[in-house]
Amino acid sequence: MILSVQDLEVAFRVGPWFDRRTILAVARVSFDLSQGETFAIVGESGSGKTTLAHAINGLQAISGGEVSFMGKKVEVSRARAVQPLRRHMSMMFQDPVGSLSPRMKVGDLVAEPFVIHKIGKNLKKEVQRLLSLVGLPGDFADRYPHQLSGGQARRIGVARAIALDPKLIIADEPTAGLDVSVQGEVLNLLNDLREQLGLSMIFISHNLHVVHHVADRMAVMYLGRIVETGSTEEVFRAPAHPYTATLLSATPNPDPDKVHDRILLSSEVPSLLDRPAGCEFHTRCPWVQQRCFNESPYLEGGQLKRVACHVPLEPGARPPPKG
Amino acid sequence: MNVLEIQNLNVAFATGGGFLRALKNVSIDIPEYCIVGVVGESGCGKSTLINSILRLLPENGSIDTGSIQFEGRDLAQLNLSQMQGIRGSRISTVFQDPMDALNPVLSIAEQMLHIQYRSDLSRKKKNARSIEMLRRVRIPDPESALKRYPHEFSGGMKQRIAIAMAMMMEPALLIADEPTTALDATLEVAIINLLKELQSQIKCSMLFISHHLGLVAELCDEVVVMYAGEVLERGSARQIFHDPWHPYTQRLLDCDPASQTLRTRHLPTIPGEIPDLRRDQEGCIFRSRCQFCEEVCKTVPAEVETEGHHVRCHRLFQ
Ligand SMILES: Nc1ncnc2c1ncn2[C@@H]1O[C@H](COP(=O)(O)OP(=O)(O)OP(=O)(O)O)[C@@H](O)[C@H]1O
Ligand SMILES: Nc1ncnc2c1ncn2[C@@H]1O[C@H](COP(=O)(O)OP(=O)(O)OP(=O)(O)O)[C@@H](O)[C@H]1O
Ligand SMILES: [Mg+2]
Ligand SMILES: [Mg+2]
Repeated sequence: MILSVQDLEVAFRVGPWFDRRTILAVARVSFDLSQGETFAIVGESGSGKTTLAHAINGLQAISGGEVSFMGKKVEVSRARAVQPLRRHMSMMFQDPVGSLSPRMKVGDLVAEPFVIHKIGKNLKKEVQRLLSLVGLPGDFADRYPHQLSGGQARRIGVARAIALDPKLIIADEPTAGLDVSVQGEVLNLLNDLREQLGLSMIFISHNLHVVHHVADRMAVMYLGRIVETGSTEEVFRAPAHPYTATLLSATPNPDPDKVHDRILLSSEVPSLLDRPAGCEFHTRCPWVQQRCFNESPYLEGGQLKRVACHVPLEPGARPPPKG
Repeated sequence: MNVLEIQNLNVAFATGGGFLRALKNVSIDIPEYCIVGVVGESGCGKSTLINSILRLLPENGSIDTGSIQFEGRDLAQLNLSQMQGIRGSRISTVFQDPMDALNPVLSIAEQMLHIQYRSDLSRKKKNARSIEMLRRVRIPDPESALKRYPHEFSGGMKQRIAIAMAMMMEPALLIADEPTTALDATLEVAIINLLKELQSQIKCSMLFISHHLGLVAELCDEVVVMYAGEVLERGSARQIFHDPWHPYTQRLLDCDPASQTLRTRHLPTIPGEIPDLRRDQEGCIFRSRCQFCEEVCKTVPAEVETEGHHVRCHRLFQ
């Protein structure tokens, strides 16, 4: 086991100074990751995926639980701080351009991991090697981040992340903003590294088609909690949590005439300031039952899959008619 | 009637290694009340196209030739103050990076008030309108969200706030550059339904840029396919998705993981590299990566049109 996340919690203080309140952005999240495994995290926008990723990387202070990586507890520290563990765990940030400092040239950005960790190498050569690995011509080394397209900036993020041959990559939406062919290149590249170096990966994505292809196991998050987790094939074959089923039914297909049989969620996304009682999905769940209003479900199940729902769905279940 | 007509647009960036031709003879029409999607390889010039329309090209970029007709004026010829009157009121934009649209030091309320500066409504009514817009893009607890600052929101929430702000302007043309990259599938669908609804309510046209082919197929009436600064194919969504003519379009559609029904760790790609835009390219721009490349492809193919389906490829003459 390379990474273990135990009951992780992250709290934020929000609101103006005269009305400070606390929200729990990540709530008691636990999972393990073995070497060479790809674990995908999907879920609602704002459900705590990025916060979780930052907490695992030690970029975000945690308010409960523990993260251990290669047998050692991860401590909090600043982004560029030298932490021996960081050498083996690299992060691809959600915001590709914003995470590259604007005054550094691409060449220096790609070389930066070596400089931070004081690894003496022929930097020019390494930069060229990494740029070609991510499919960019060598002369990109002389450009500044604002002279790149969104997709090119993303590839620089990949080059930095793989620079030191890490054991674990935490990739936050690594292919958002890439066209499908370049997306395929980046994913194949990460997959080759996985095969060659036994790389493990936490893969945060909204693209369920991609998750289906690349992830061994996955977790679905809602309001900071994991509501369903298991082998990717099993989750796609038989989504048991109503939120998972909704997500899978929503995904658009590249066919203008396709008639979608989508599960529709009625009401609004609840606020973290005011979490619903009972099952937190009950305010939007088409299958809601009496006990869901006040009894919280636990994440339960077997080896293949676990789900937090009082009445898990059968494969292909359709919402009951309203009334 | 077209809301926007782009004709033979050429845009270049001055770089250390010479001029980079980011757009070459680009022609696109956006009909009234129509949603036009633009797809194509990363770096093919989609954002540059938008920045040219808005006249927001970076300092080293310039429009060399071509015209951009909008409401009886050529945007390519306007000066900056004339352009400011159009930007934000007649044409509003959701940028690729939501942080570009949001000011980190102002609360969401102040920013939403700011964009309503032209309206005579009272502050209170303006705030009520802001709350209503935030609710429509499904921001939880919009009253308290209004008091918060951009860094307190997730990536997808910032994106939705940016969409809410762009829609408040009730523009004639809404430009959206990858507006849903950080949204999950349910929200994505909610947002495109909202965009469709809004588009028919305020009767605007839309230029929609996205790499998400499924979304483009579902939302757009017409689709433009770009590659390395050129438009290779355009037509109705049905023509492009059901009957693509250009080899690049065909390859692009094949690469979509959504069209891969069997689970695979190795996803399809288009072998080869995009040409260096700083060098003049001879002939068809896709030639170096095209499986059908022949001698004749060393000359530039003319654009052929049948029933609104435009394409640039020599194979159509054979
Ligand atoms: N620095 C912060 N201060 C206060 N609240 C925060 C902060 N960062 C995140 N949040 C809140 O925590 C929650 C989780 O945010 P997070 O960015 O982890 O979501 P996410 O799942 O990555 O969403 P997305 O898919 O949109 O990127 C959100 O409600 C967000 O508003
Ligand atoms: N300021 C600049 N100086 C030099 N070259 C630039 C500049 N801005 C963009 N480019 C180049 O122009 C080309 C088009 O970039 P653009 O951002 O328009 O692409 P895009 O189609 O929006 O890509 P993506 O899908 O990745 O966002 C790219 O090759 C890019 O590297
Ligand atoms: Mg995020
Ligand atoms: Mg772009």
